[in-house]
Amino acid sequence: MQRSTLDLWVGLFVMAGIGALLVLAMKVGNMSAGGNGASYQLVAQFENIGGLKPRAPVKSAGVVVGRVSAIQFDNEKFTARVTLNIDQQYKFPKDSSASILTSGLLGEQYIGLEGGGDPANLNTGDRIKQTQSAVVLEKLIGQFLYSKAADGADKK
Amino acid sequence: MIHKGLSIRGIGARTIDSVLRLGYAARFIARTVMSSGTSLRRPRLVIRELYFTGVLSLIIILVSGLFVGMVLGFQGYHTLQTYGSESALGVLVALSLVRELGPVVSALLFASRAGSAMTAEIGLMKATEQLSAMEMMAVDPISRVVAPRFWAGVIAMPLLAAMFSAMGIFGGYLVGVVLIGVDEGSFWSQMQSAVDFRNDIMNGVIKSAVFGFAVTWISLFEGYDAPPTAEGVSGATTRTVVTSSLAILALDFLLTAFMFRGL
Amino acid sequence: MPDKNIIEIKDVSYAYGTRPILTGINMNIPRGATVAIMGISGSGKTTLLRLIAGVMKARQGEVNVDGQRVNNLDSAGIYRLRRRLGMMFQFGALFTDLSVFDNVAFQMREHTDLSEAMIRDLVLMKLHAVGLRGAHRLMPAELSGGMARRVALARAIALDPMLMLYDEPFTGLDPIAMGIISNLIKELNAALGATSIVVTHDVQEALAVVDYVYYLSGGKMVAHGTPADIRNSSDPVVRQFVYGEIDGPVPYQYPGRKLADDMRLGA
Repeated sequence: MQRSTLDLWVGLFVMAGIGALLVLAMKVGNMSAGGNGASYQLVAQFENIGGLKPRAPVKSAGVVVGRVSAIQFDNEKFTARVTLNIDQQYKFPKDSSASILTSGLLGEQYIGLEGGGDPANLNTGDRIKQTQSAVVLEKLIGQFLYSKAADGADKK
Repeated sequence: MIHKGLSIRGIGARTIDSVLRLGYAARFIARTVMSSGTSLRRPRLVIRELYFTGVLSLIIILVSGLFVGMVLGFQGYHTLQTYGSESALGVLVALSLVRELGPVVSALLFASRAGSAMTAEIGLMKATEQLSAMEMMAVDPISRVVAPRFWAGVIAMPLLAAMFSAMGIFGGYLVGVVLIGVDEGSFWSQMQSAVDFRNDIMNGVIKSAVFGFAVTWISLFEGYDAPPTAEGVSGATTRTVVTSSLAILALDFLLTAFMFRGL
Repeated sequence: MPDKNIIEIKDVSYAYGTRPILTGINMNIPRGATVAIMGISGSGKTTLLRLIAGVMKARQGEVNVDGQRVNNLDSAGIYRLRRRLGMMFQFGALFTDLSVFDNVAFQMREHTDLSEAMIRDLVLMKLHAVGLRGAHRLMPAELSGGMARRVALARAIALDPMLMLYDEPFTGLDPIAMGIISNLIKELNAALGATSIVVTHDVQEALAVVDYVYYLSGGKMVAHGTPADIRNSSDPVVRQFVYGEIDGPVPYQYPGRKLADDMRLGA
């Protein structure tokens, strides 16, 4: 095998390998999210987080603005204390609300942020006051049955 | 000589032998890495080995990747459609390949093709006294013969795994989108939002680098330590494939448990 | 003023684990001599060669090559010594992935800074000395046994060594090839001004080529002398070897029970 042919093949091989890695990184993966920019932290308390997991997305108007970094149990208030990492470039007013939503009907859960009207913005470490917990299916069914029973009793 | 049967003494003797052999193998790889000066000063040697280890493994890796991806496409669609989630096919194919199948299957193929070739080559060089001849000419066979092959293996493995995964995703696309008719847009967009660069792709690359190190180490050591006879070399070649395969699967378990523990 | 003897071996013993291979060996090899070390298979001749080259280290005794104590050399010292040695292996041990040319050029490329043009001239000269200049483009797989040995010889003399070691150079060759190799051993020794040690059990070729013979049996130096001395020796061990006698000190029957017992004769 001539030296130059060998070099050519090896060069092509290495380029193809790096190319494959780039293709995976760009087209397949998700390079934008994941610690690219600086972020600040916000805290929110929920009665029930449902199936929310760390690294779940935080979306506002459907666009990813951050990630859930930690979920802890607050033993005094018996609520869940969720820490959010929000991208530095997005600021939210002090009266914004956070809800736990589900993507699709049975998909993964994420946090939805809705901006309020307050001129002052949340700073790092601030607590989001308005929160709405996850919808728990059993309670929904219980409510439905209860209201059905109440209707039936009214009609009699 | 303790008779090695199924007796307690036999098992004990065999265990001690294995431990001794492992120690010898560890010294061997340490010596190989430390003798890498020649490989750095003469990259020509590494390039030549990269050709034999990497380029010649391309066909089997690419073809296998394509087939694995296509099977994932079929089976994935079949399972997902029972939950009405066909649009998640891209996610399923990509994550399975990038996290697990890419690094593991390509490492297994690499061990059988390139690993066994390295073992046979070095074993034969030992049996035909080429390594002794080299020593006689005051050239250290470890730095001239073993180290370049080591670095070629470690470099080639992640590249091959990436190519396997890329081909696999293409295969999944071929079957899912082109053949079956899953929506192209949701195939790619769901995949992009689900596959995380740092946690999935980089972890896959780290896995394949670890596998490359392990497989190349085992292949080179078995060849170097083979008895210089025909049966010796053939036994060493089989041992390479078997030990490498077990090592890959065991390491995969350890790495997966460590890397994906939070999720 | 260099020593008269290029190799001095004093009281050397070597054992593999508990199995003794060489016991109490004494040899003095003067510069410029061609010497044969002979013995039946397993008598320890190859081990002796390896001790001289520093591949193995003697536990007891001294192995002195060109004034240096081989057992005491560190690996750098041994490598320096080996650059002045040339060794020809039993079946050539050519590097199968390199051409004939590259095999001979190997040591020049590894140990010297000579230009490729210079290396080309030297390689072709060495190949010419062994009669294979026209074969320089072939690969080792394309060579016959005799040709491969000649290329191995050319490779061994690439850096003009002061000491040539031959491990069974005649084994498995046809008469013509054997004649060529013996001739080369003699000629190259004179041309290089070197000393040659030939380990072999080929009696006739060896006795025709060398100046002096050492005979090993069971790891001990049993006889030594000029070829004439060896041919005329009265020692039964030596006579059995030189004249190829079937039975003698080395018995014909493998040791075991008496024939009568195995055939179940006798009460």
